[in-house]
Amino acid sequence: MVAAPFGYQRVSSFEEAAAALRERGEDAKVLAGGQSLVPMLNLRVARPEWLIDINPVGAGPITDHGDHLRLPALTRHRAVEEAELVRRRCPILAEAAAHVGNVRTRTRGTIGGSLAHADPAAELPLVAVALGGEVTAQGPDGARDLPVDDLLVGFLTTTLAPDEVLTEVRVPTLPPGGGWSFLEASRRSSDWMVVGVAALVELDERGTVAAASAALGGVAERPWKVPAEALAELVGAAPEAAPLARVAERAAAMLDPDDDVHATGGYRRRLAAVLLRRALAEAVARAGGNRSPAP
Amino acid sequence: MNAPARQRIALTVNGERREAWVFPHETLLDVLHDDLGYQEVRYGCGEGVCGTCTVLLDGEPVSGCLLLAVQADGRALTTVRGLAPDGELHPLQASFLRNGAAQCGFCTPGMLLTAWALLEREPRPSRERIRRELVGNLCRCTGYSKILDAVEEHAAVAQAGGARARAGHD
Repeated sequence: MVAAPFGYQRVSSFEEAAAALRERGEDAKVLAGGQSLVPMLNLRVARPEWLIDINPVGAGPITDHGDHLRLPALTRHRAVEEAELVRRRCPILAEAAAHVGNVRTRTRGTIGGSLAHADPAAELPLVAVALGGEVTAQGPDGARDLPVDDLLVGFLTTTLAPDEVLTEVRVPTLPPGGGWSFLEASRRSSDWMVVGVAALVELDERGTVAAASAALGGVAERPWKVPAEALAELVGAAPEAAPLARVAERAAAMLDPDDDVHATGGYRRRLAAVLLRRALAEAVARAGGNRSPAP
Repeated sequence: MNAPARQRIALTVNGERREAWVFPHETLLDVLHDDLGYQEVRYGCGEGVCGTCTVLLDGEPVSGCLLLAVQADGRALTTVRGLAPDGELHPLQASFLRNGAAQCGFCTPGMLLTAWALLEREPRPSRERIRRELVGNLCRCTGYSKILDAVEEHAAVAQAGGARARAGHD
């Protein structure tokens, strides 16, 4: 298959991108890493009149702001996966990036592109929801900040206006006493997840669970944040006595995933329970290691 | 929309400057294979999954089917021919031959380029690391184990050779 013809415009700033999007209207698409958009063009699933190529804008460095990291939207997955800063300060994000596609996908694909594409089986939207990340969107009339939770709506659908483009992603850093886990099940390594889970746990000075959060991917139209009440039973528990299996089963029972060619809904729900239990256990274990400073 | 016009692009392919007139919707794969004669860059899936169109863009592996040719303007590309510029096999290619790591050969350029790029970053990767890096290159003939053997053996030989050279025995 070959893509249908389209016009092509390079821009060198996000302001220019937003202006171009307003001028070109709904028939324009933003080209970032192109690892999802170009397959859709080649298969003619998408037929935009114009592509606005933002790659010339480039990505500045990933920076540490204490309680959060800032990543330029055009940061490639491989840079996220390999950056020492991300691995140390927000390791769950580096781990999620390492699971994206194959090495060529990671060489070109971008964090902003993944969030804006909003595939419900993609790794970075899942981990961004679990972390409570934020993005900045640039429009022709200015920029606005919004939580990733408010960005993602459903299958390939976001709250971005047709003339807005993501410029930056912010994610919280791992606190002292924090633990994390990112797990996914897929049919083939490098493939989309059938089900994925991102879990975060914090232990207090006494070593009991102070906070827990988690999100699941591949089980709904968008990454599903496990409701706080479903995890509430973990708070105050000693790690070895935390009722992880019960909590995970209860959370999974709230899901009603669709059947598709990859898996039945029932199998997805079962995977959700198993992976969530394992991820919570791994996060708790890592939190314990993180609480006591290395000698 | 008016029909988009062709644009002139200039590429450096295997160290050689090449020019082409391309439409925006043409992929780098189309232009390398159909217009510029690099038949070793092959169409497999058109979705970035199979790895037969792998080329190195400024030294990093990319899917030629997912990069627009206009995006490669001014960039340096390597196809598998670039590994053997004088027609003499690169030691990694020789290792593929020795190990029977190629049968029909369709996936081989992508395998070689991906493995070469890995070894540039990590001279002595574990077998598991090689397997993970090559996961996006599909082969229907060899069952993969001989490909892993070939990459592993080349890495070991290259490292031993480097150590000998450093010790002055070579």
